[in-house]
Amino acid sequence: MMSTHPVLEIEALSLAAKSNEALVHNVSFSLGKGETLGLVGESGSGKSLTLRAILGLLPRGVTQTGGVIKSGARSAMVFQDPRGALDPLCPVVKQLAEVVYYRQQVSRKASRMIALELLERLGLPDSLQRSDRYPSQLSGGQCQRIVIAMALACKPGILLCDEPTTALDVTVQRQIIETITSLQQELGFAMVFVTHNLAIAANLCSRLYVMKAGEIVEHGDTLDLLQHPSDPYTQMLIDSVLPLPELEGGRMNG
Amino acid sequence: MGSTLQVQNLTVRYGGFTALDNISLNLEEHTTLGLVGESGSGKSTLARVIAGLIAPDEGKILLGSQELLKKRSREQHKKIQMIFQNPDASLNPKHSIRQILAEALLFHKIVPRQQVEQRCKELLARVHLEAKALDRFPHEFSGGQRQRIAIARALSVEPSLLIADEPTSALDVSVQLSVLELFKTLTTELNLTMLFISHDLGVIHAISDTVAVMRQGKLVEKSAKDQFFTRPEHDYSRELLSAVPKMPNTTTAGGYYEPRT
Ligand SMILES: Nc1ncnc2c1ncn2[C@@H]1O[C@H](COP(=O)(O)OP(=O)(O)OP(=O)(O)O)[C@@H](O)[C@H]1O
Ligand SMILES: Nc1ncnc2c1ncn2[C@@H]1O[C@H](COP(=O)(O)OP(=O)(O)OP(=O)(O)O)[C@@H](O)[C@H]1O
Ligand SMILES: [Mg+2]
Ligand SMILES: [Mg+2]
Repeated sequence: MMSTHPVLEIEALSLAAKSNEALVHNVSFSLGKGETLGLVGESGSGKSLTLRAILGLLPRGVTQTGGVIKSGARSAMVFQDPRGALDPLCPVVKQLAEVVYYRQQVSRKASRMIALELLERLGLPDSLQRSDRYPSQLSGGQCQRIVIAMALACKPGILLCDEPTTALDVTVQRQIIETITSLQQELGFAMVFVTHNLAIAANLCSRLYVMKAGEIVEHGDTLDLLQHPSDPYTQMLIDSVLPLPELEGGRMNG
Repeated sequence: MGSTLQVQNLTVRYGGFTALDNISLNLEEHTTLGLVGESGSGKSTLARVIAGLIAPDEGKILLGSQELLKKRSREQHKKIQMIFQNPDASLNPKHSIRQILAEALLFHKIVPRQQVEQRCKELLARVHLEAKALDRFPHEFSGGQRQRIAIARALSVEPSLLIADEPTSALDVSVQLSVLELFKTLTTELNLTMLFISHDLGVIHAISDTVAVMRQGKLVEKSAKDQFFTRPEHDYSRELLSAVPKMPNTTTAGGYYEPRT
């Protein structure tokens, strides 16, 4: 539930393209310390732009046309497109160590150690210790984990996650989400989590906001919202979740 | 000439690292093979070899009776299309969506020049994008919109083999559902043979006839869909199926909520 001192408050945020076309309209929410809030909804509804506005890094051609963002902590973002977020010309361990060096103010040697430790926690190949690789030499899911590591290395007060596990198989996905939540408990950061996976949102977020065509159509306590949606769009989203047959002999414990 | 795809003893090494280890796989004409597996297990590598983007160190690939070499004819380029895991890889940032779609249509002579504009609009409509998207550039779209543009581009040339690497990972479940319907319609309309890579097992269940599972460069299982989802052969497959996050118990969707401990 809402804590008394929100780390982030957004009031009536509106964003528009240079053609004056409204992209995000009247979005408001607040985030308590250590809380995880989920942002779900239509493709193209403005989820990524909202996160970028919080980060203060709107893409070229998009401007804030209304509203205020009050933030009491530094934020870092896991971008939706991991390859685009990495420097293709710099090997990944070096890139990560660089972020640790500047953000955590430690020695070069320590920053490399911290970087490698983080990569190990995220299940990346230990061969990276011996020979660093360029982003193009990693798989989609490996790049995604590097980008998660870079955001965590910033020691943010607010972690903005934009579809951070789409390129991960479900076992690695579970491991990564567990790692992020245990770091969240250790470090106390709050999180805005954008996902198309309602089951992940259900497991991770205390409250959900549903977006469609630039606006929030519904929000509420996660379980309550998924069990008793009041907006027809939310209902349609829930109905579109693809079912799976029961596994004979039951599920294994992970 | 048929479009059965045969992958025979394929091995790919990146320096000293074996990314594909002696993979053999048959993909029957007009069927869809869902490929799942560990992140980093070699799925995209396999896709890239079949698409002719990298040459294997060993082994060969046959489409129908023709061997597919790295160098391909224009006809083979048309027949085999790929949707990349990273949609930006196939969208030239300096080209408008009109240029991106028209170029493929004209190069492969799919429709006469005067029908190109109309066809571009139809293609966008099929992936739920408005015609005004034609004048815009890739960076002006959301992640899921770009993914849909890449899908429209690949389908525009009416391929007979489509390799789709995580084509719906950035789509909301409702758009995803209609894009999967589109793929299914096209498998019938175009007699498409499809290799469909995804980490989303719900998607794999909805689209595949057969499911193959990869781990550490090896193929560990290939089973008919229903068998894979209820009685998988390999322990790793069972592990995967067990790790699928479940929806809380709602009135509509199946599965029940296992609270986090
Ligand atoms: N640089 C830009 N210039 C103009 N319009 C843009 C720009 N970036 C995004 N848009 C538009 O703004 C809208 C919201 O985009 P955003 O990326 O926030 O969507 P999203 O909710 O993250 O979607 P997805 O789930 O597909 O990633 C989209 O309709 C998109 O076309
Ligand atoms: N150019 C390269 N040089 C060296 N290693 C590479 C290169 N490209 C990929 N690899 C390695 O090969 C393995 C297979 O990569 P691939 O991209 O095929 O995996 P994937 O199954 O598609 O994974 P994901 O599900 O994460 O996308 C990975 O361990 C990756 O690190
Ligand atoms: Mg987005
Ligand atoms: Mg891949």
